[in-house]
Amino acid sequence: MNIIELVAQWFADPAQWSGPAGIPVRLAEHLAYTGLTLLIAGAIAVPIGMYVGHTGKGRIAVVGAASALRALPTLGLLTLFVLLMGLGLMPPIWALVILTIPPLLAGAYSGIAAVDPTLVDAARGLGMTEWQVLAKVELPNALPVLLGGLRAAVLQVIATVAVVAYINLGGLGRYLIDGLAISDPVRMFGGAILIALLALVVDGILAVVQKFAVSPGLADRRRRKRRETPTVGAVQGGM
Amino acid sequence: MEWFLANLGFVLDLTWLHLVQSVLPLLFGLLLSLPLGYTAWRLRPIRTAVLSVSSMLYTIPSLALFVLLPFVLGTSILDPMNLVAALTIYAVALLVRSVVDALESIDDGVRQAAVAMGYRPFRRFFAVDLPLAVPVLFAGLRVVSVSNISLASVGALIGVRNLGTLFTDGLLRFFLTEIVVGIVLTLLLAVLMDLLLVAAEQLLTPWHRAGGKRHVAGTDQGRQTRASAGERPDPAEAAVLP
Repeated sequence: MNIIELVAQWFADPAQWSGPAGIPVRLAEHLAYTGLTLLIAGAIAVPIGMYVGHTGKGRIAVVGAASALRALPTLGLLTLFVLLMGLGLMPPIWALVILTIPPLLAGAYSGIAAVDPTLVDAARGLGMTEWQVLAKVELPNALPVLLGGLRAAVLQVIATVAVVAYINLGGLGRYLIDGLAISDPVRMFGGAILIALLALVVDGILAVVQKFAVSPGLADRRRRKRRETPTVGAVQGGM
Repeated sequence: MEWFLANLGFVLDLTWLHLVQSVLPLLFGLLLSLPLGYTAWRLRPIRTAVLSVSSMLYTIPSLALFVLLPFVLGTSILDPMNLVAALTIYAVALLVRSVVDALESIDDGVRQAAVAMGYRPFRRFFAVDLPLAVPVLFAGLRVVSVSNISLASVGALIGVRNLGTLFTDGLLRFFLTEIVVGIVLTLLLAVLMDLLLVAAEQLLTPWHRAGGKRHVAGTDQGRQTRASAGERPDPAEAAVLP
């Protein structure tokens, strides 16, 4: 029997679909870690990104920090945190948070910074306060880029949560790590397929969300941009 | 530090393996994505297909890809080539987009001038298109280089020997120094590769050094940077964001 059939059999086995080590539980764990990480990282990165994008203060520091954090090895950070803080849920989560901040920060910052300055000036000219400028002009205009950053961040967390199983936590990565430990290629293959599927499905959902979350005026601008010069399109569409 | 010096040979060996495992995919990725990107850029229907397949491949988490590839390639699960192949896939996925963007960024007037001067398509690609594509292409290469170096260490989980071995080993022995040495060396490697790529880019674009300043002086510099920052916020962003 070849590996594909064996994996199909593994998926068909009802034992995989119930109990504390079943696929639904592992999937829920995977999603819970992902959600928790995104919540914490978002609470840190998005306000900083918006502040820097809006005021332009600390731009170099943020861009530098974001790219330096990107170079940090995932596995190194996870093992470091476990050694420093001990076993348990939070040490790996904090490591994940650090890895998730760069894409979120970059998305929030570059989204806001890329908003056409004439739009921001026009909004100020209309008498909007700085908060209104941020909430009513910059944020809607930055949303596509911001959600792009979120999408990149979510994918990265889903991928990294798979690695977390190596430490001590659950999640779909357990199948890979346990399968490797007992040399069970079928379990590893099944787990890898589950993780890849999860990433693809979540990315697909976020792509749809991204499409619908963009304000109609901006979607219009995008279509027009191709025909007209970018600046003209941006001003007309954005207002 | 003492541990580092006492195990210098071991650590340098791992660093070398790590470097090879992350540079090879970069080279293979570039070689594969140039023809692929060129074709995608020339033929619209292929472009959509190539770009969506590559972004789908990029979506697959690294650990899953490391595990799936041996079954696809027929290699042993502990073979370092799995890691190289997986990182090459990521490199191609990112670089194809960079190649298309890079070719798109070239002023059509330059291309027409080259045709008018008698350049045939093949020579024009190497003598005109490719050199002008270097800045955008290198932005992509730099992103791939950093992410490869960082991702390669995950390979240690499936038994590939590289700097990631210091993490798995350090965790097993509960030995902090080893992990810190691993992190520092990975970061150093990433910085070193980045500097090399920047230097290579400057070597390949001599016109940027010669005429760059005069060109910028003539324009409104503040707006210029703001506008270019808007279109390409960050090389990393441009490559990762859809």
